[in-house]
Amino acid sequence: MSPFWPMRISAGTTVTALGAGLGPLRAALLERRGGLAPCRFPGAPGGIWAGAVAGLEDAAPPPDLAAYDCRNNRLAELALRSDGFAAAVAAARDRYGPERVAVVVGTSTAGIEQTEQAYAARQPGETELPAEFDYGHTHDLQALPAYLRSRLGLRGPGLVISTACTSGAQAILQAAALIVTGMADAAVAGGVDSLCRMTLHGFAALELLSAGPCRPCAEDRDGIAIGEGAGLVLLERPEATLAGPLLLGAGASSDGHHMSAPHPEGLGAVTAMRAALAAARIAPGEIDYVNLHGTGTRANDAMEDAAMHQVFGDAVPCSSTKGWTGHTLGASGAIEALIATICLEDGLVPGCLGIEAADPAFRSQVATGNRAMGLRRVLSNSFGFGGSNCSLVIGHG
Amino acid sequence: MRAFLSGVAVFGPGLPGWAASEAMLAGTAPWAMAEALPPAPAVLAAGNRRRASAAVRFALAAADEATSAEPDRAVLETVFASGNGDGAVVGGILDALHEPEGAVSPTLFHNSVHNAAAGYWHIAVGSTRPSLSLGGHDGAFAAGLLAAMTAAAQRRPVLLVAYDTPLPSPLAAKRPTDFSFATACVLRPEPEGARAELALRYIAGPMPAALSGDALDALTEGNPAARALPLLRALAARQAALVRLPLLEDAHLELQVTPC
Repeated sequence: MSPFWPMRISAGTTVTALGAGLGPLRAALLERRGGLAPCRFPGAPGGIWAGAVAGLEDAAPPPDLAAYDCRNNRLAELALRSDGFAAAVAAARDRYGPERVAVVVGTSTAGIEQTEQAYAARQPGETELPAEFDYGHTHDLQALPAYLRSRLGLRGPGLVISTACTSGAQAILQAAALIVTGMADAAVAGGVDSLCRMTLHGFAALELLSAGPCRPCAEDRDGIAIGEGAGLVLLERPEATLAGPLLLGAGASSDGHHMSAPHPEGLGAVTAMRAALAAARIAPGEIDYVNLHGTGTRANDAMEDAAMHQVFGDAVPCSSTKGWTGHTLGASGAIEALIATICLEDGLVPGCLGIEAADPAFRSQVATGNRAMGLRRVLSNSFGFGGSNCSLVIGHG
Repeated sequence: MRAFLSGVAVFGPGLPGWAASEAMLAGTAPWAMAEALPPAPAVLAAGNRRRASAAVRFALAAADEATSAEPDRAVLETVFASGNGDGAVVGGILDALHEPEGAVSPTLFHNSVHNAAAGYWHIAVGSTRPSLSLGGHDGAFAAGLLAAMTAAAQRRPVLLVAYDTPLPSPLAAKRPTDFSFATACVLRPEPEGARAELALRYIAGPMPAALSGDALDALTEGNPAARALPLLRALAARQAALVRLPLLEDAHLELQVTPC
């Protein structure tokens, strides 16, 4: 069997609160302009901020795939229309054959927002959901890969990964595994997650939502701002094309500790980061920047700082970009993998947004302002409920 | 892709664990329909056991049984596959969201993640190994098998667990699941101690229509995890078999099962 790594990221796109496509995200990172705003999502808890995506009203699926219409698949549709992504996939489909291109995508809640609408549409005293509500094409996790596969005319394996907030990163890792084991020649991989009342009220019940824009790594950080979005990459073997950055390695782990609280010393996070470095066959000092999971909760950021310090000491700059996008949950790992590609291209360390200085208790090198510096390799972290951890290394070999 | 299957488990209607079910699956003892009751998840600590939903109980009982002969369960990676996820938890949250003054329970919310069963397993056995949780609608078992086989093909031993329980009302009317079912198996790259060798091919075409079978075969379409029954029956009968497993509407897996 050929060595696992690297894989080529031959195309990529994002949809975030900053807009559709990588362009608006890149500009916002350079200008230090965040996309969070007071949350106006219908039925959301009061007094919170969120990273909502605009323009979904014009992103309905094509008529023959109308059954898939829901907020989550509209985010996916908007991604396909951005950065020439659908055309890049079509070229791969023509090159390899449709049955040789896989779809492996992550989501935490898929189209459950459609189910919430169906529940709310019932008359008082009525139990049954409206006849037009289509569970399988919206709420079901598989609705996401099924939509992408149909919309892109692909016939390869279609998998959905749902490991809470690592879903998008884990999907990229599993897509690479399908290619290396010969099950596919290319894969559309990433994550899509949409605002829904379940997520917003659930995190509110856990008292994990910030009162304003989230401020990861700040001493007085007060929680998460939920975002929504999509991040999709096209993965191929490195020799397939010379264009595009490389996925140099990836590693995953479990905490085996607690369902919603991270391991205090970051044992699982350290294990995932070291596994990713080992897969990429590089030492910690060969990483130039770490894009943190950095949700802005007290527990996550403290744990991640401890884990960072254990792996990198204070030698490598790190920051969270969730101050721009919010925490896009099952999409975040994929969106932040694409942020890593922007950082590599532009030579940018985007310091945490909305904070003057990092928590003085932190021992890793947290960047606050933007820094211009040449980058060869970026590590991106994702951690999630259930004790799921996944790190990706992206760069130029 | 190839892998060797060792431990195996099943919990379903009239199938209360592998040892009690093997002869029925092999067709050498009569099978009778009986309600599939949530097994007691002995592997869970008391506090988590009390809170465990039916879905988690089925998943962990199957994981426990399939790994009962393993010297160290913490070294196994895991793949958990479920079409429906934890319907009792998600349904409870949806109900709460649509009741006047309804408040979402924080415990229900962190248990609503699709990887909750996996999280409880890794806590129970103290494992920091990687874990994937997949959906897959009616093809969830095949989706999990495909993911688990990629781990074994990269020389990493893996525990595959597939489980599904019926959704509560009103979701059940939109997504019927006839009964609860869970199955699990351990896959590794080496043949030592294996029950069978599996060779998997992805076929970009729909499943051929199944030949009519016996009453036990008729369970196959009642639950996504029960789609594993043709594999389980081949393993129980210790016979070479070519098993087809539905993955997508237009794709399936072809699995050559060879007893060791």
